[in-house]
Amino acid sequence: MTATAEPATGSQALDEVKIGGLGSSRPRVEDARFIRGRGNYVEDVTLPGMLHMEILRSPLAHARIKSIDTSAAWAIPGVKLVLTGEMAAQRNLAWMPTLSYDTQAVLATDKVRFQGQEVACVVAEDPYIAKDACDAIVVEYEALPPIVNPEQAVAPGAPLIRDDKAGQADNVAYQWEVGDKDGTDAAFAQADVVSKLRLHYPRSHPSPIENCGAVADFNNATGKLTVYLTSQAPHIVRAAVALIAELPEHLIRIISPDVGGGFGNKVPVYPGYVCAILCSILTAKPVKWIEDNTGNLSSTGFGRDMYLDSEMALTNDGKILAVRYHATTDQGAFYADAQPTKFKIGLVHSSFACYDVPVGHITAQGMYTNKAPGGVAYRCSFRVTEAMFFQERMMQAAADDLGMDQAEFRRRNLVRDDQFPYRTPFGFLTDSGQYLKCLQVGLDAIGYDDFLVEQAEARKQGRLLGIGISTMTEPLGAGNSREYDILGIKMFDSAELRVHPTGKAVLKIGAQTQGQGHETTFAQIVTHELGIPATDIVVEHGDTDHTPFGMGTYASRSTPVAGAATAMVARKIRAKARKLAAHLLEVSEEDVEWELGRFFVRGAESRGVTIQECAMAAYSNMPDGMEPGLENNAYYDPPNLTWPFACYIATVEVDPETGVWDVLRFVGVDDCGVRINPMIVEGQIMGGLTEAYAISNMQFQTYDVDGNLVGANYMDYLLPTAWETPGFELHEVVTPSPHHPIGAKGVGECAAVGGPAAYVNAVMDALRPTGVRNIDMPLLPDRVWHAAHTGQDVSGAPPFRTE
Amino acid sequence: MYPSRFRYEAPRTLDEALALLAEHGDEAKILAGGQSLVPMMKLRFAAPGVLVDINGVQGLAYHQEVPGGGLRVGALCRHVDLEHSAILPGAQPTMAAAAPLVADPIVRTRGTLVGSLCHADPQGDWASVMLALDGAVVAASPRGLRTIPVGEFVVGTFQNALEQDEIAVEAVVPAAQGTRSGSYLKLERRVGDFATAGVAVALESDGGRVVRAGIALTGVGPATIAAVDAQQALLGSSLEPDVVERAAELAAAVARPRTDHRGTADYKRHVVATFVRRILTAERAPAGAAA
Repeated sequence: MTATAEPATGSQALDEVKIGGLGSSRPRVEDARFIRGRGNYVEDVTLPGMLHMEILRSPLAHARIKSIDTSAAWAIPGVKLVLTGEMAAQRNLAWMPTLSYDTQAVLATDKVRFQGQEVACVVAEDPYIAKDACDAIVVEYEALPPIVNPEQAVAPGAPLIRDDKAGQADNVAYQWEVGDKDGTDAAFAQADVVSKLRLHYPRSHPSPIENCGAVADFNNATGKLTVYLTSQAPHIVRAAVALIAELPEHLIRIISPDVGGGFGNKVPVYPGYVCAILCSILTAKPVKWIEDNTGNLSSTGFGRDMYLDSEMALTNDGKILAVRYHATTDQGAFYADAQPTKFKIGLVHSSFACYDVPVGHITAQGMYTNKAPGGVAYRCSFRVTEAMFFQERMMQAAADDLGMDQAEFRRRNLVRDDQFPYRTPFGFLTDSGQYLKCLQVGLDAIGYDDFLVEQAEARKQGRLLGIGISTMTEPLGAGNSREYDILGIKMFDSAELRVHPTGKAVLKIGAQTQGQGHETTFAQIVTHELGIPATDIVVEHGDTDHTPFGMGTYASRSTPVAGAATAMVARKIRAKARKLAAHLLEVSEEDVEWELGRFFVRGAESRGVTIQECAMAAYSNMPDGMEPGLENNAYYDPPNLTWPFACYIATVEVDPETGVWDVLRFVGVDDCGVRINPMIVEGQIMGGLTEAYAISNMQFQTYDVDGNLVGANYMDYLLPTAWETPGFELHEVVTPSPHHPIGAKGVGECAAVGGPAAYVNAVMDALRPTGVRNIDMPLLPDRVWHAAHTGQDVSGAPPFRTE
Repeated sequence: MYPSRFRYEAPRTLDEALALLAEHGDEAKILAGGQSLVPMMKLRFAAPGVLVDINGVQGLAYHQEVPGGGLRVGALCRHVDLEHSAILPGAQPTMAAAAPLVADPIVRTRGTLVGSLCHADPQGDWASVMLALDGAVVAASPRGLRTIPVGEFVVGTFQNALEQDEIAVEAVVPAAQGTRSGSYLKLERRVGDFATAGVAVALESDGGRVVRAGIALTGVGPATIAAVDAQQALLGSSLEPDVVERAAELAAAVARPRTDHRGTADYKRHVVATFVRRILTAERAPAGAAA
């Protein structure tokens, strides 16, 4: 046996793992170019005559613009264009629509509404000159009082942030509710115990290693606009540019080359993109804009910044009767969440989907503040990260209030295997799972009972050990078109497959990899369906002129949606190949059987033809009347979301003298259905758990009373290194999705979504003797120390206090 | 990010470097490891007109023992050289403890001890260590060499005592009066983060009694702080528990921390006391039993 893939000989089926099909941990094909420095990112794109753009940002959080003097900037040799909001307004481009039906300033005209807001931009022969010229622009501001949290936003006499919007009399961006208020109230009236919890999920930032950027190239001879863009959703951007810039869609080409991480940050359309496009139109030259780290951290889509005020109705024996909570989101200056249209606070109502909760009610309100806009889904399916963190923190608080073991409390409330499909109290239909099994695998792996003994012993010596559990299912793979759309475009996805005469294939998808390894795994789906070795398949994406329309990659939707489209188009190819096989084998189609990589004659298994032979026949020997070629496409509208489950368990030790906490062990049990490439799945989980660790331990963006952003550079906004990051012990349970063609579920975000509560619950468990109920993330050493020494909860809500 | 325009000079000798400084005055800035200067230039917080890169100057990359327990560290001796030094572990325990805690492995590869002293960041590790060791900086100028004690060299936040035409060419640790012991502890949120608080302790003992004590604090004031009263409290002692406790309190009392995103002032002061206590308690424990 050799390890290399060999095409089918026509006489026997292939070993799927060996040819790189489902279950094969084949190395990522992307890595060959990435580790050799041969990737091609927007920054690598250089066009003849290209100019460089730099953005001038506001130093103030809230101020009226009295004047902008650009004369000194224009005077610098090499400066080609100095663009202000006033000039953009002449093209009706000073403002643009957001993905949440709000408006956002492209370049400020009336006032600035957050620190870091785009005020002007300069185009010059090189980026140094452009930066010099930005520094030479003189802006006269009249400072206004800044608002940095929702409480200030609704305080009497609060300044109106969005005075640009007709009919906007206050700082409320939206209000929304879901569930059964009366039923919930009735259930609370029956409760033995009501458990309450309030907390703040801090603002974090997706912080991709590659910042945003664009090379806009408007050809005034052909009228065609080509934009190289750091986008997770190039097709949506094309539609948006057509609407915003009023350019014909067929003359817009968006190319997302290699993208260095997105995590939701590269879904929206940003002012910098619009400026680059406008500057290219005005100068008739290609214009490159590459955002710097501070620009990315201070102006592009953040995650979270949400407040919870919750109650849970419980019986004494540990059954949940009802949940209700109010969530307040801090939207920043513009309501620019990237989320499905119908849901104003994303899918926050997916919380408690894994528990058998009869009834619930959620109210939500979003506030404008003088902070950066764009509550993007940072590695999550539209605010499910907050939903699951709230849920799991509430679960731990409830177990404590009942005096019940936290594992046992979960066991009594998790949805049982025989309850699927299960309708949640907020209307979702979960598809499948083995929740109790996952929990048990996790408890066994961590040695739960032994740890409790060790913990009790350690407490006698003054050592603080803790164990935290987080269990959750989340809705991945938006959407179905009935409920999910963005700007009215339904959330389906697509694939186009062409098999060449020699049996090699090219797959084109509407999704857009930013490091997920689509070029590797999507080929594996084709391999699974057609038996063509994965090494014979190339996957292309990211060029709107040459790939089918898709909604892009975010919210863990690529495998559930585009992956399903890939399986479906491969099946169409197989259906045609069957006809070709019948022709080649000179039998009727009904007598042809399929096994991986070949068709054979029923009852005469050695008489067969390979998929490659069928491909050649499609171009050289098709039956009379058959259309030549072997290619097709598929658009897939999923019947439901996929519902993976995860159980994460952390053990920690807290140093009571310094408040420093160390992770002793971390066990993860993920059930994401069928795993296409187990190595990539594990990489996704480890990456998510690392981000979860960062958010729980060290990482946050906050604002001081003046609206200054703390965390606008990578000296203050901390990314964990290999040194701090704990090791992860991963386990799996496989419950195939009943409605996905290959049984796969989304997984990319599970660990980032479910992970934080495991760490926080562990630290809170360690501090249980102190009576502390909550410390807001990140659990910085000083916060833990203060909580442990005072027995008081610690809030992390802004404004951040400094001396 | 794009720095302001600057002229780049790469002298081959110290004399050439000094001549460039004399020529350009306060327009010029010395580049050694560049691990603080270059990020500041990137952000345009620093915009020197002339960058004088001394990395091509020969004979500055050393660190070597001086008879009697002293040490000389050249201006181009990198943190990584000290981290992996064969000399430090036995001879300079405080420095040996600090070297692997400076910044992160990437910064340690380029950054220098002398550069760190010149940068005079109150959150810099080496200034505390050298202050605790009663170290000094040797400055070269057209007038010759002069030696400046670290306590006088660091005059404030990002301010050192060098004249415009001087280059710091060496740091020195004086000879010891007894057996050296000591350590360095630092609290940081992440490798490479600035210190939330740090404590350097350098002791010299004779016959089980402390004959010289240096305690210096990182990141808890506008400049590196010498905990003079705490040092005094240790003299003549054998680090008895009550002495240790008193030194910890005195050190915390002299700290001047500010509340910021790395912690509250109260917390940082508490960490100072905790670290002083931990270092001294470990030093008192019999060899091999230290935690």
